[in-house]
Amino acid sequence: MLLLIQYTLIFASVLTLVALGGCFSEHSGVINLGLEGIMVMGSLGGALAMKYLPAGAPALEIILLVVLCAVLAGMLYSLLLAVACINFKADQTLVGTAMNLLGTAAATVIVKAINTAEDPDNVSSTIQYVNAKKAFIVRIGSFEFNWFMVMAVIVLVLAYVVLYKTRFGLRLMACGEHPQAADSVGINVYKMRWAGVLISGMLGGLGGIVYITAGVSEWKFETGVAGFGFLALAVMIFGQWKPIRIALAALLFGLFRALSNVYTGFDFLTALNLPSSVYNMLPYIISLVVLAFTSSKSRAPKAEGIPYDKGQR
Amino acid sequence: MKKEKTSLLKNSAVQSILASLLCILLGLLLGYIVLLFINPTGAWDAISTVMKNFFTYPSRPAAMKYFGSTLVKTAPLLMCALSIQFAYKVGLFNIGAAGQYVAGAGACLYAALAWHMPWWVCLILAAVAGAALGALSGLLKSYCNVNEVISGIMLNWIALYSANLLLTGVKEPASPYTNVVANFNSSALLPSLGMGKLFTDNQYVTIAIPLSVLVAIAVWVVLGKTKFGYELRATGYNKDAARYCGMNEKRNIILTLVIGGALAGVGAAFMYLSGYEQWQCTQSSVPAMGFNGIAATFLGGLDPIGTIFASYFIQHITSGGAYVDKTMYCSQISDLISSLIIYLCGFVLFFKYFMNSRIVRREERKSLKEKEKLTADSAAKTEEGGRK
Repeated sequence: MLLLIQYTLIFASVLTLVALGGCFSEHSGVINLGLEGIMVMGSLGGALAMKYLPAGAPALEIILLVVLCAVLAGMLYSLLLAVACINFKADQTLVGTAMNLLGTAAATVIVKAINTAEDPDNVSSTIQYVNAKKAFIVRIGSFEFNWFMVMAVIVLVLAYVVLYKTRFGLRLMACGEHPQAADSVGINVYKMRWAGVLISGMLGGLGGIVYITAGVSEWKFETGVAGFGFLALAVMIFGQWKPIRIALAALLFGLFRALSNVYTGFDFLTALNLPSSVYNMLPYIISLVVLAFTSSKSRAPKAEGIPYDKGQR
Repeated sequence: MKKEKTSLLKNSAVQSILASLLCILLGLLLGYIVLLFINPTGAWDAISTVMKNFFTYPSRPAAMKYFGSTLVKTAPLLMCALSIQFAYKVGLFNIGAAGQYVAGAGACLYAALAWHMPWWVCLILAAVAGAALGALSGLLKSYCNVNEVISGIMLNWIALYSANLLLTGVKEPASPYTNVVANFNSSALLPSLGMGKLFTDNQYVTIAIPLSVLVAIAVWVVLGKTKFGYELRATGYNKDAARYCGMNEKRNIILTLVIGGALAGVGAAFMYLSGYEQWQCTQSSVPAMGFNGIAATFLGGLDPIGTIFASYFIQHITSGGAYVDKTMYCSQISDLISSLIIYLCGFVLFFKYFMNSRIVRREERKSLKEKEKLTADSAAKTEEGGRK
């Protein structure tokens, strides 16, 4: 049971972080379907930082550096979306999809290149970080408390305050609802959208590193992040683009995702004798069902997905 | 009246081809730069290997044989590309093609191995399975307002795990792969009609290849030349206008995704009923075929005929990736190049706009100059006349 709570919390942290990232981007008016790719890139940045940090580094230093690398990698990667969709008015769905494919392909190529350079016989796309990972974990009895859970809560509070209580956040949301009106009162729509996309890159990258350190101490980059970026988008839609609701939705989805990891620990679940594929499918099925019921009265930002053209005012 | 002479560059088809070529060139260039970063010594060799693919074999029969293999994998890719294209013309982004492909694979392999059905039954079942998945996306989109991209992705994963579950029943006892279709039920293999002979007895070359081209032409006819296709496209341009004109826009959305799903499902049958590949029942990622279809369809300029060539190109470099020197690089380098190409395709609209505005500006300048010349001439004439 404790294990289930632990996994639920950590997966919920991932989903909260990434969904909040998507929330910022969509409130500024850009649909970020590339979150999956951003997560991969962020996790790559963080994993590489963990790989190259000296073994004896103090825990705080490891945490800060790894988070910094993941955030930077995610932000850099989100530039691809920002340039294409804001300045060149490209199709946001197409560019986001391309970023997802590119993220996995690029990460695989990079990791394999690093691995083969170290040892010509090693052609795997796996990075191990057994020791560095320990910095993030505090054991309380048999419960593994993870610092990332705190980070997720902090980000959640910050996101709420920034979106609803600051000038920046309100302006950002105006750009997603009615960019022409926002522009007419002197808000630079392009700048706001850039900010939204970059913030989503930041949070997506952070979510990526949290995801690959959840429960495992090595990651095979060929698999990417297994649709988690899209799961986060589903969480965001279910949460109606509002931070607090997003966090609650993330807890629900996190629970089902965690079940697939730990269902063998429950007697009544093992008694059902379902194959593991069923548990793997569960989060996706639940999200489809949930989306079917919540999407019809969607509170999506009105201007999302439409490139802003100053000349069309 | 004199017929207006239009510049060749103004032709939209020519522009599309130019834009696609530019995407390919830039994609290859960026891929080359990545290779240079990894290991500068073998970069040129690697990129030329990717481009050469089967030409790396010195003997002609061997090259022909592997040309055949590339074609075998082009057929399913083309079907996936058409599936995405068909939906895109109706304003839907069918990223679920990957899952529809998986559903098709599950259905046709199970029918072939567990029920010992002949090939055409398997083919139809694959189409039905893909269509069912597409229908689900369509229903969710039209009745529950669920974005087809999100539902498509979710269904991709659901389809993957279901196919794994289903096909575990017909796998080889000692390996995670499904039984070889040729040994268990050779009637399920697509007929070759002697085409294998052309490719140095490549037994995987089947009617799938010409069929896929025929389907591409059929898609072109249906979308471009029929009332049905016109209705679908009208729905894509403006859903509300289509409804106002008495078209059933909900039905059109569902039908589009059903057809798209069937196309992708048939694509899977073309792959797995040729016996070229076995399904791995422990697969933990959705096969790349459906996603590569996105690259092919956009590279083909969203035109069924162009997509035939684009599919071949994408498959050509993907197969070519398998031949790079593994001590330095990995085969995913071709995935990298094709995903870069998809990204660059996002700029195609801008490229066309840029080109058109350049042409317009140049023409304006030209006509301005002519006018100036005319006024200068007439001014000179009047001056002359005044002197007289």
